[in-house]
Amino acid sequence: MTAETAGAASADIQPGWVTRLKRVPVTLLLAWAVVLLVLAWAALPSLFTGYSGTEGVPGEQLRPPSAEHVLGTDGLGRDVYARIVYGARHSLSGAFVAVTVGLLLGTLLGLIAGARGGWIDAAIMRLVDSMLAVPSLLMSLSIIVLLGFGTINVAIAVGAVSVARFARLARSEVVRVRRSEYVEAAFGSGGTFWAVLYRHVLPNSLTSVIALAALQFGSAILAISTLGFLGYGAPPPTPEWGLLIAEGRNYLSRAWWLTAAPGIVVVLVVLSADRISKALGRTAP
Amino acid sequence: MVRYLLGRVGQALAVLALTFTAAFLLLQVLPGDAIMIKFMSPDMGLTADQIAEIRASYGADRPLWERYFTTVGNFLTGNFGISIQAGVPVSQQLATNLPPTLLLASLAFAAALILTILLASLSNMVGMEWLRAGLQSLPSLFISVPVFWLGIMLIQIFSFQLGLVSVISPGPVEKLVLPVLTLAIPISAPLAQILMRNIDQVLAQPFVAVARAKGASRNWVLWRHVARNAIMPTLTIAGVLFGELLAGAVVTEAVFGLSGLGGLTYQAVGNHDTAVLQAIVVISALAFVTINLIVDLLYPVLDPRLGSRSGAPA
Repeated sequence: MTAETAGAASADIQPGWVTRLKRVPVTLLLAWAVVLLVLAWAALPSLFTGYSGTEGVPGEQLRPPSAEHVLGTDGLGRDVYARIVYGARHSLSGAFVAVTVGLLLGTLLGLIAGARGGWIDAAIMRLVDSMLAVPSLLMSLSIIVLLGFGTINVAIAVGAVSVARFARLARSEVVRVRRSEYVEAAFGSGGTFWAVLYRHVLPNSLTSVIALAALQFGSAILAISTLGFLGYGAPPPTPEWGLLIAEGRNYLSRAWWLTAAPGIVVVLVVLSADRISKALGRTAP
Repeated sequence: MVRYLLGRVGQALAVLALTFTAAFLLLQVLPGDAIMIKFMSPDMGLTADQIAEIRASYGADRPLWERYFTTVGNFLTGNFGISIQAGVPVSQQLATNLPPTLLLASLAFAAALILTILLASLSNMVGMEWLRAGLQSLPSLFISVPVFWLGIMLIQIFSFQLGLVSVISPGPVEKLVLPVLTLAIPISAPLAQILMRNIDQVLAQPFVAVARAKGASRNWVLWRHVARNAIMPTLTIAGVLFGELLAGAVVTEAVFGLSGLGGLTYQAVGNHDTAVLQAIVVISALAFVTINLIVDLLYPVLDPRLGSRSGAPA
């Protein structure tokens, strides 16, 4: 084999990053662009808009979209684009808390159920079944009644609903990996139960858990905006996306941009999370 | 078979009992309960003794385990307790609020089925590649749309921009058009996704190639052979869809100001009316468990491949 063909072969196996990027579907690139943009909004809102997210300009009420106010202004003269940008922090941090709660609790339950088996497994999985038997919105509402209204409580309530899905996925992954020969070998060579779980089972289950987390991130944004719309989340004038839509409802006949703009942002973010989750190798539980 | 049946029913009952207990614990250990919210307000002018008396009359002063078993007994006899805010039995509230929601939900379900079949068949019959890709990606779009926003947008477009549906005093049918559509679109999304995937799977099977080789047209194969094989597995998500319908109804009724189970839930959350919430949670779990049980038990009957009959003649 000459050096030239060897080089060509290795280039074939490991193409440069430009070539690799070109192979990524356009929709996936767009999805990442949307998510990164919204994350940037949440991190540094003042970089993206000169207007305030909560303070209005008197005399500038209900202006339609223009060069000055890209997405118009609301009934108190607040710039709608600025409110959406500042709202990203509330909606995204809520979704982040929700996914973290679901991921940690659910994965822990699933790991224990799958690894221990027997009656512990049966008890945990029946609990998971009964969580799935109640419509997610009803379950969130029951938890909100217990915890009270507010951003964090809504996020916890949304996260608690996804515990069941993470638990199911984690359990099935553990059961799948446990049967493989290398895990048997790890036990055979003297590995303790928790060490094997941490070193072998956990890393192998990670891909599908992360894919589910991405999917749940989108659903959490949807659920949080729904609960915000119903008035259980942050109180006004917080620029939470669901609340923005709820406020715009009072001006339906006069100002379509108040409800249309934040809604489209929610749809785009949820769609992007869905697309990214699919690309990560989604394994539906 | 009998063993399987008993096991399945037992499992369903266990799930129900757990749901009931969880809902009871979640809703009865509340720090601020409904009695306090209603009677503590200063303008009621009640003394601490009077409040204690009211609590005793509702049985709220007894220990948790005693209340638990009383509630279990009451639920089993169809007594769901008393709504503290409204002062009437919960069963009476359910009786007035269930019918409108059932009507809305069943109309929406029918509309969702039509939409699903339309989407699935169009995306399989349209020749143009770009249009087909567009139709096939519609369900993921539908899933990503917040139900409440969809409702608002439909009001915006059909009532305010086009002036087709009156907002002020719509007729009984006119009043339901937009809510049904609002509820149907997100329900149709998971249905369409599963149906489309199933159609692709069935189309890849050898018997389709045989039918085509015998001279059947693509559409004939699609309707005669593929449809009946592809629709069956869609049944398995019936239970999930029920939950979506109920949750969607809560939001849809809030957006359109309709009265029903959704409106009742919404008020119960605001007033911490736990008796109402517990009844709604338990009833929806009962419906979910029953639907899944029926689907599980019916499946072998409906799918001949799991029974004695052989495949359909080509």
